[in-house]
Amino acid sequence: MQLLIEQLLNGLQLSLTLFLLAAGLTLVFGIMGVINLAHGSLYMLGAYAGASVAAKLGNPWMALPSALLASALVGIVMEYLIVRPLYARDHLAQVLATFGLILFFNGFIAWAVGRPPIMMDTPAALSGFIEILPGLPYPTYRLAVMGAGVCVALGLWYIIARTRLGMLIRAGSDKRDMVEALGVNIAVLFTLVFGLGALLAGLAGVMVAPIRSVQVGMGEQVLITTFVVIVVGGIGSIRGAFIGSLLIGMCDTLGRAYAPILLKLWLSGSIADGFGAALASIMIYLVMAIVLIVKPRGLFPVGG
Amino acid sequence: MGLNRSTLLAFLLIAALIAVPFAAPYIGGNYIITQATRVVIFGIVALSLDLLIGRSNLVSFGHAAYFGLGGYVVAIASFHLANDIPLLGWAGSNEALVVWPLAMLVSGLAALVVGALCLRTSGVYFIMITLAFAQMIYFIFVALKFYGGDDGLSMRSRNLFAGERITNATTFYWICLGALALCLLVQWRLIVSRFGRVLSGGAANERRMAAMGYSIYAYRLVAFVIAGMMAGLAGALYANLNRFASPDMMSWLLSGEFMVMVIMGGVASLFGPIIGAAVFLLVETSLSGATEHWQIFFGPFVLLIALYAPRGVWGLVRGGGK
Repeated sequence: MQLLIEQLLNGLQLSLTLFLLAAGLTLVFGIMGVINLAHGSLYMLGAYAGASVAAKLGNPWMALPSALLASALVGIVMEYLIVRPLYARDHLAQVLATFGLILFFNGFIAWAVGRPPIMMDTPAALSGFIEILPGLPYPTYRLAVMGAGVCVALGLWYIIARTRLGMLIRAGSDKRDMVEALGVNIAVLFTLVFGLGALLAGLAGVMVAPIRSVQVGMGEQVLITTFVVIVVGGIGSIRGAFIGSLLIGMCDTLGRAYAPILLKLWLSGSIADGFGAALASIMIYLVMAIVLIVKPRGLFPVGG
Repeated sequence: MGLNRSTLLAFLLIAALIAVPFAAPYIGGNYIITQATRVVIFGIVALSLDLLIGRSNLVSFGHAAYFGLGGYVVAIASFHLANDIPLLGWAGSNEALVVWPLAMLVSGLAALVVGALCLRTSGVYFIMITLAFAQMIYFIFVALKFYGGDDGLSMRSRNLFAGERITNATTFYWICLGALALCLLVQWRLIVSRFGRVLSGGAANERRMAAMGYSIYAYRLVAFVIAGMMAGLAGALYANLNRFASPDMMSWLLSGEFMVMVIMGGVASLFGPIIGAAVFLLVETSLSGATEHWQIFFGPFVLLIALYAPRGVWGLVRGGGK
C-alpha cells in the first residue's frame, strides 16, 4: 500500500513534467504547424543553465530564474532565426532542420560543460522529507515540484481559457488565416507562443535537474516520451496533452514498479526480472499502439 | 542537358564504387576498403528509406530499428551456434545464405506490424509514431541482458558465404556492392512498375488515388515492408563488417542520420541517396577526425541543407526545378 502511494506520487510528478513539455510542443504544432525536435534541447538547456548558475553562485534558488531566462531567450532567438523560415516548409524540412539543432546543442554542451553528468543541489529548505502519511516519508522537493507543476498547469489553463492572448492562441490554432485577416500581428503571436513553450520546457528541465542527472542527451529521451504523450492526447490539444501526460506518466511509473512483481506470479525470478524490465520500458508504447488502433487521431482530436 | 549531367554523375558513382578495390592499395589499403564498405551499406539503407520519403511521401523517423534488427538476427544466430545453446530447438547458424534472408524476414515482419499501425495516421503523427516504435524496439534490446543488453553482442567471426569464410576485406566489399546492386535493381523495377506509380500518385494526391479505386494503404504498407527488409539486409551486412550488433544500431540518432543522407543526396532519385551516404560519411569522418566536438559544426551544416538545399546533391547537379 505504501509502495503504491509512493509510486502514484512519483507517477504524478512525472506526468506534470511531461505536461510542461507536451503543452509547449502541442501549442507550437497546433498553431504554427511546426514539428520542433529541438524542444528537448530547450529542456536540456534549462537544466544546464540552472545547474551551472546554481553551482557558480552557490545558491540553488538562482537556478530557477536563470533557467527560465536562458530557455526563453534561446527559444525566441531560435524562432526568429531558424523556425520562421520553416513555417512554409514541409515536415521533412522541419524535422531535418531541428535535428541539426539538436546535434548543435548537444555538441555545444559537450564542448562548454563536458560529457560527464553534472549534479544540482536541492535548496536546503526543500531537501528534507515530509511524512505525508504515518510511516510514509516523501521527499519535500518532489512535493514542491508537483505543487509548482499544478500551479503552472492552472496558470496555463487561465491564460488560454480566460485571457486575450489565450483567445488569440485558440483562434490561431483553429483558423490561422482568419486571425491574420482580422489584423492580428501573427508573427509576434508566433514568437510569443514559441517563447512560452521554450519557457515551459526550461522550467521542466530545471525542476527535474536535482532529481535526475543533468547530461547531454537528456532532452531526446524525454522528447520521444513527450511525442507519445501528444500522439495519445491528440496533437494540438492542451486538454489532450494533460490527459495524455497523466496516462503516460502513470503507466510508465507504475509499469516500472509493478511489471516485474506481477510477472513473478507466473514466471521464475530471474526470467520475470528480465521480461519485467523489458515490458516496463515498452509499456507506454503499447498504450500508444492501443490508442492508435481505437482512435488514430488521439483521444482529443483537433480539427477535422 | 540536365538528364545528361545526372546520368554522368550516376556513371561516375558506379565507376568509383567499382574502382575502390583496385585503387585501395595505393591510397590507404584496408582502411579505405572499410570506409567504402560503410558507404555501400549505408547506401542500401538510404536507398530503402528513399522508397518511403522520396517516393511515397512517408517521413519515417524510425528506420534504424529495422537496420538494427537485421544486425541482431545475424549476431544472435551466430551467438547460439558459437555457445551451443539451441534457440527454440534451432542450433543457430553462421551461413550468410541462411541468416541474411532471415534478417530480412524478421525486419520485414517488424515493419509489417509497425507499418500497419503507423499508416493508419499521416503527416506529423506518422513521424512521431515511427520514432516512438523504433524507440520501443531499441528499449527491448537494451533490456535483453541475455544478448548483452546495452553492451551489444559480439560475433566470433564473420558469417560464412556459401560455406566459404570471408576474411578478406575486399571480398566482403564485393559482396556488399553486389547487395547494393541487387537493391538498386529491385528499387528501379518497383519505381517504374504500376506499383511505383500508384505510390507516387498517392504521395501527390491521396484522395485522387482513392477515387480511382486504389487502396493506397495496402500499397504503402508493402513499400514500408520492402524498405524494412532492405534495411534489415544492410543491418546484417553492417553487423558482419563490425562483427558486432548493439542497440546503438537502432538509436533515434542513427534514424535521423539516415534521413540526412537521403536529403543530402537527393530525394526521389535512384542514385542520390547513395551519394548522400558517401557525402555524409565523408563529412562525418573528416569533421570527427578534426575535432572531438564535430557536432557543433555538423548540426548547422544539416540545418543549412534543410533550409537551402532541400533537393540535395542530386538536385544541384540536375539543376532546375522538377
